[in-house]
Amino acid sequence: MLARIKKGLGKTRDAFKHKFENLFGGREINQEFFDELEEILISADVGVETTMKIVELHRERLGVEKIRERSAARELLKRQLVEMLESNQQTALALAASPPTVYLILGVNGVGKTTAIAKIAYRFAQEGKKVLLAAGDTFRAAAIEQLDEWSRVVGAGIIKHQSGGDPSAVIYDALNAALARQADLLICDTAGRLHTKANLLEEVKKIFRVIQKLLPSAPHETLLVLDATTGQNGLSQAQYFQEAVPVSGLILTKLDGTARGGIVVAIKDRTDIPLKLIGIGEKKEDLEMFRAAEFVEALLA
Amino acid sequence: MVPEWCINVREVQSGKNSSNSREVSPVISRREVTLFSTLAEKLQGVFRKLKGKGKLGEKDVDLALREIRLALLEADVNYKVVRDFVSSIRERALGAKVLKSLTPGQQVVKIVHEDLAGLMGEKQSKLVPAHSGGPQVIMLAGLQGSGKTTTAAKLALHLKKNNHNPLLVAADVYRPAAIKQLEIMGEEVGVAVFSRGKDDPVKIGLWALKKAAREGNDYVILDTAGRLHLDAELMAELGNLKKELNPGEILLVVDAMTGQDAVNVAEAFHQKLGLTGVVLTKLDGDTRGGAALSVKAVTNCPIKFVGVGEKVDAFEPFHPDRMASRILGMGDVLTLIEKAQQVVDEEKSIALEKKIRSQALTLEDFLDQLQQIKQMGPLENLLEMVPGFNRANKQLKNLSLSDKQILKVEAVINSMTREERLRPEIINSSRRRRISQGSGTTVQDVNRLIKQFGQMKKVLKQFSSLEKGKMKSPKGLFPF
Repeated sequence: MLARIKKGLGKTRDAFKHKFENLFGGREINQEFFDELEEILISADVGVETTMKIVELHRERLGVEKIRERSAARELLKRQLVEMLESNQQTALALAASPPTVYLILGVNGVGKTTAIAKIAYRFAQEGKKVLLAAGDTFRAAAIEQLDEWSRVVGAGIIKHQSGGDPSAVIYDALNAALARQADLLICDTAGRLHTKANLLEEVKKIFRVIQKLLPSAPHETLLVLDATTGQNGLSQAQYFQEAVPVSGLILTKLDGTARGGIVVAIKDRTDIPLKLIGIGEKKEDLEMFRAAEFVEALLA
Repeated sequence: MVPEWCINVREVQSGKNSSNSREVSPVISRREVTLFSTLAEKLQGVFRKLKGKGKLGEKDVDLALREIRLALLEADVNYKVVRDFVSSIRERALGAKVLKSLTPGQQVVKIVHEDLAGLMGEKQSKLVPAHSGGPQVIMLAGLQGSGKTTTAAKLALHLKKNNHNPLLVAADVYRPAAIKQLEIMGEEVGVAVFSRGKDDPVKIGLWALKKAAREGNDYVILDTAGRLHLDAELMAELGNLKKELNPGEILLVVDAMTGQDAVNVAEAFHQKLGLTGVVLTKLDGDTRGGAALSVKAVTNCPIKFVGVGEKVDAFEPFHPDRMASRILGMGDVLTLIEKAQQVVDEEKSIALEKKIRSQALTLEDFLDQLQQIKQMGPLENLLEMVPGFNRANKQLKNLSLSDKQILKVEAVINSMTREERLRPEIINSSRRRRISQGSGTTVQDVNRLIKQFGQMKKVLKQFSSLEKGKMKSPKGLFPF
């Protein structure tokens, strides 16, 4: 994953490269060291509160493990962050014991839900799975057409209604179709919605209920899509959506830019919602499983 | 076989993954938030001990600046921008005389607020005027998902409302259905859309310009594909568009929720294109929008418009002072007041303000307010402008979030006698039963309303004590 990200970004990324290596360049550990560490984390969107927590814990553990050199501190910090991101975490996607598996995809506007859906569909279709998409974004202009185009590109079926229709009804039909056609996977698209709009969160709850009613074990994943360029508002997004329905994981998109997506560290810390997939480009192959060690490496680089 | 992402999943009998959070339903470990932990309040804490001092000392200022630094970082202002800003503030704040009417904390907030607003532009900045030598080209650029297509349609409507005749151009030839999206939105706002499928964007632009000249369009709005600032090829495409079409306005469309990376994005786009302005989108959420300051700091381009909703008319001029309040966590009180003033009877509201301050608010007033609120538009939009509301909202969760609930509340209050409205404490269980029957609700609904009313009174009390210390005491302040 990392190699691909790096390759994709080439030289330009170097210009934004951080001083993580300098930070751990063998000098003594002093206050300046902690200040720089704080800066690196904050500049990656980890947020003030979680950053402070990480720095304090790091300071403690350096003491306990009697570490005095920055290179050893670097390794410890990585370990510490990986532990944090992996604690009681299942990064793999859940599958139904018997098909269809149902994934519900949520997120605010413009984070890349539809593209992420296409990429998941593509991966499953590549493995010979029968994939169905539910065009649940009946609100945004041309959202259905967008998913429709993707469905042809990635080789998935699509269930759609008219624009402006009831998203729950589309998803109800799609789930019935998935059962009837014995699809392996149904991925439900939803309209982008700001997490502060109470009525739109009610709509999400309704969609969730409709799925559960028809197939009590579903949805097997409720994935919140988050844009890597998002700052501290990402935490608010996770909290509000989590309050509406049980969010089982995050998809972090647009990691191929210069943003490092540190907000997922804060989200993991505060809500325990694990990161599961990362989006690293616009092509249908550009979705990867989240691997904590590589992510931490990129976060600090 | 399944994709590698799934290989390790234990197939649970019930079909559920055991790690699925639904089963454990983790309690959100949200920070314990006080109702109005605004910067002003925090600073009041810092300065509590300093009452009576005539000047701000170095130590006081540094304590205050620490809080300001944290507030700005939490609002997603880039850390480098924060650093520069804080050091410039420090100089100004040191030795500044504390005004009689203000506490030292408020004095610092005042300085910070003024400087922030100043940094984001002294006043509103206008769009480039149409010119006589053919159509004026406005080019939109930005990352994927920042809201360019929606902004294009909103901008077109804005121009149309101001008696211009714009033409929308679909130059996003990459994203599936992007052209279709612009066509639908163009139809919605009643503005013609020029598209030529997935041809070369520069060619499309040139054709559109010809058509616009022929048909007398005075503005041409170019919707371009979202792209990463790192993508050399696509950035070059924008460069070509600029060269060939000579736009009078190049606007960077930025998602208000953007974090620290906003500076990198803005810098790269500005370097390549020479931006003339910025549009900040998705400001209708609860983001503090520190990206506004970051972008302004690196490009020095004015923020010209903000997007505040999904509807095509949810598009407003940018107000630097309001944005400064928002970034500092002080809420967008001014916009709220402006809205309120359009519908609120001023005399009534002054009387009401007095009542709030003296804690004499009754359910009668509450009902009156509900009716006025209904005239101001969807409630949730209003509540979002209130400082601390998004946090307050979680505590007062059941307090009239939807317009439907307002109807219910109205029904309940309407079923009360005047005396009950004035003195809710007299409402005993038999009265409760009567009220619920009269309003077609349940006793629980009535209980809830009375309880919430009590809570609200408390909240308003906190508000009014905060407001008292504000720099400008706006006339006829709306209680919500």
